[in-house]
Amino acid sequence: MSASAGSADLLIEGVGKRFGEVVALDHVSLQVAQGELLTILGPSGSGKTTLLKVVAGFETPDGGRVTVGGADITSLPPAKRDIGMVFQNYALFPHLSVAANVAFPLEMRNVAKPEIERRVGEALAMVELKGYEARLPRQLSGGQQQRVALARAIVFDPRLLLLDEPFGALDRKLRETMQLEVRRLQRRLGLTTIFITHDQEEALVLSDRIAVMNRGTIQQIATTTEIYERPANDFVADFVGESNIFHGTMSAPGTVTLDGGRALQVCSDKPAGTKVGVLMRPERFAGSGANAFTGEVIESVYLGTSFKLRLACEGGLELLVRQPARGALPAAGTKVTVGIDPESIHVF
Amino acid sequence: MSRTPGRRLLVVSCGLIYFFLMLPLLVVFPISLSSAPYMQFPPPGLSWQWYERYLDDPQWIDATWRSLYIGSATAVFALALGVPLAFSLVRGKFFGRILIDRLALAPVIVPTIILSVAVYGLFAKLKLIGTWYGLVIAHTILALPFVVLVIGAGLRDFDRSLEQAAEGLGASRWRTLARVTLPLLRPSLVSAGLLAFISSFDEVVVALFLAGANMTLPKKMFDNILMEIDPTIAAVSVMQILLVSIVLVLIGRFGRGLKDSAR
Amino acid sequence: MTGRGFLPALPALILLFVFFLFPVVRMLGFSLEGGTLDWYAKALGEQLYLRVFWNTFEIALLVTFFCLLLGYPLGFLMATTTPFWATVGFIFVLLPLWTSVLVRTYAWMVLLGRNGVFNRTLMEAGIISDPIPLLHNFTGVLIGMVHVLLPYMVLPIYGAVRKVDPAIPAAAAGLGASSFSIFRRIYLPLTLNGIFAGSVLVFVLSLGFFITPALLGGGRVMMIAVLIEQQVREALNWPFAAALSAVLLVFTFAVYALAQRFTRTETESAR
Repeated sequence: MSASAGSADLLIEGVGKRFGEVVALDHVSLQVAQGELLTILGPSGSGKTTLLKVVAGFETPDGGRVTVGGADITSLPPAKRDIGMVFQNYALFPHLSVAANVAFPLEMRNVAKPEIERRVGEALAMVELKGYEARLPRQLSGGQQQRVALARAIVFDPRLLLLDEPFGALDRKLRETMQLEVRRLQRRLGLTTIFITHDQEEALVLSDRIAVMNRGTIQQIATTTEIYERPANDFVADFVGESNIFHGTMSAPGTVTLDGGRALQVCSDKPAGTKVGVLMRPERFAGSGANAFTGEVIESVYLGTSFKLRLACEGGLELLVRQPARGALPAAGTKVTVGIDPESIHVF
Repeated sequence: MSRTPGRRLLVVSCGLIYFFLMLPLLVVFPISLSSAPYMQFPPPGLSWQWYERYLDDPQWIDATWRSLYIGSATAVFALALGVPLAFSLVRGKFFGRILIDRLALAPVIVPTIILSVAVYGLFAKLKLIGTWYGLVIAHTILALPFVVLVIGAGLRDFDRSLEQAAEGLGASRWRTLARVTLPLLRPSLVSAGLLAFISSFDEVVVALFLAGANMTLPKKMFDNILMEIDPTIAAVSVMQILLVSIVLVLIGRFGRGLKDSAR
Repeated sequence: MTGRGFLPALPALILLFVFFLFPVVRMLGFSLEGGTLDWYAKALGEQLYLRVFWNTFEIALLVTFFCLLLGYPLGFLMATTTPFWATVGFIFVLLPLWTSVLVRTYAWMVLLGRNGVFNRTLMEAGIISDPIPLLHNFTGVLIGMVHVLLPYMVLPIYGAVRKVDPAIPAAAAGLGASSFSIFRRIYLPLTLNGIFAGSVLVFVLSLGFFITPALLGGGRVMMIAVLIEQQVREALNWPFAAALSAVLLVFTFAVYALAQRFTRTETESAR
């Protein structure tokens, strides 16, 4: 295909899949570079799981191609793909010990016994589960089970690592620890990795790049900062982080007139007359700025480090604003003025 | 709720119903130990004579062995045919699946007398009357629905992501089946096999028609009940009840819950 | 066949076709021997045989009724008690279920006979002076069949009661309903499917019952299955046995088909 395909390790080209009337994947294309961790982020029903299944070989696409390292694997059975996968529920074999679970992929590749033992030992050491070899999965905690699943997925040096919402079942503290551990391991092994999640915070923590999916199409692929700061459309802006999204028209260079009539100073060289969307992140508001808003507090929440305020401003605008928690929490009905600078407003 | 008068009434009436259910099983114990030469209750004294008579009678022993190996063969065949059938019915997607599902369960619905007479007619032509494998074939047909129901229930509850994981880790279809699916289905397989065995071991109607001169235990019992009621049959009954108890314990211990075995 | 996953079914299917479907169809074919419906006319026309059909129907109906009467409390108790007692209850239902019909029938003969346990006990207690006839008659067959078929009623009812979310009757009790109205207004309507499934199963199994009426009826209670056996083994009248079988089979399937239609509309209207 293009010249950039040379650096791509995993290449998905025009993959489509429909289940009866429902279009699960609509000509999806993306590439993942060698050693990169790409997150596919989307709500349930966005097609992200179907895409993962196509890569893993559990679903055959209606059209399109999947290649790994230049080799077409679209119609290869899952067993021949050399892909390590961590399932949502871990899918540990309940009748096999921890060691036997991790040894499974090596046995399937007819690796010699002593070699299996050595590599299982290494893999378990890597996930810090030395000494748990003889346990059964049900005798482990959730976090330990996940480490076993991870060890099992990497022990055979797979070409690709797939992670299907693996942190969903863990509590918050453990989830954060495991996220960092997975990240560390993935970097160390230089594994090309696809990570599926519906949790945008998790996506921001883990990824090199994020692909946001909705209704079977990819809405945007970009680095984490890009996705957060410069979302491509309403859906991405709304799905990732808290946001104030408005629509309007470029009335002059550097000025947007919102549909309600309010004019905003922005940093954009889009020509006058263009219909645009405007995104203002709640935490970008300050006490004053080039664009000032005065409004009445409808709702106020104390969040420890910050206040979260909902303001009803003139012209029917409703704003979500975060302010550093200093002094008393503004009560409902209080008049508050906030401001935002043009460079903090994203126009798309 | 457990202390209301309505609840107490329920518990008491259920106690009586359980008594009704267990009474016939319990009554054969004292009779089998009776010292009287004919059926008498309560027994005038205790003796092992009826057990001795059973053990000393080559006809009874012969019939018992025959029933044991016919039951075992039936369990093996019913599993060998029924397990793949259950896989097909639960996981397959093909034209006529529902029809085949009905056909596989039909031997429970079609009155056994009709099956027996029909197979008797055919086997008489094929000279299969009195052969052990003729009985095994007929018993396998009767046992298939149990196998399909029990294995089918096991398969429907099966977490398929385990099979996907195995395949993703490099296992072929067959190795996935051998290393993951079947080991995890073992409780269902144990239940299905034991139920197939006991259904054959207890079966009498088909045996009446097909066994010919080669008695199975139930047929021998049937003839005995018709001819002469002596307490030998009570001794045999006691052993039969104990065997069923052992099988139920095995199912409870190694099989898939008693509840599933009942369906 | 089109589609996938058919092949594993093939061996079992061949067995079912060759040794189940084929012999049954072949035998039913005998009933049309000579190209006439004479044997059916005999089965359905002669008073003697019509009585047998009616007898069978009557017994099946009564057996179903008594099984329901005894089975509902059992299934209900097992589904609403603690796991320990539920297991105990299961054992007491499954043990008789899997004990040979012959053992149970024999035991009933011991219990119900002229010199049986019941009559002896009652006579010694001075309650009766002459034995009550309990064996080789309608009563004996009824008792024996209810005993054999009761588990088939208990299990579906147990399943149905288990499905009722315990929060629902609890909520009703909280709203002031008595145990009786909880049963009538909550459990009964919610477990109708189980009652229905159990009743159909017991009724259909009763229709084709052979061992119990043959032994406990003592030749005096004629049911259709016993008649079929006599026609084949004693009269060697295959065409007539086949015609009787065909009628029994059609009746059995009709009950099932009707039941299935009924349950389908049940579940549809429930949605």
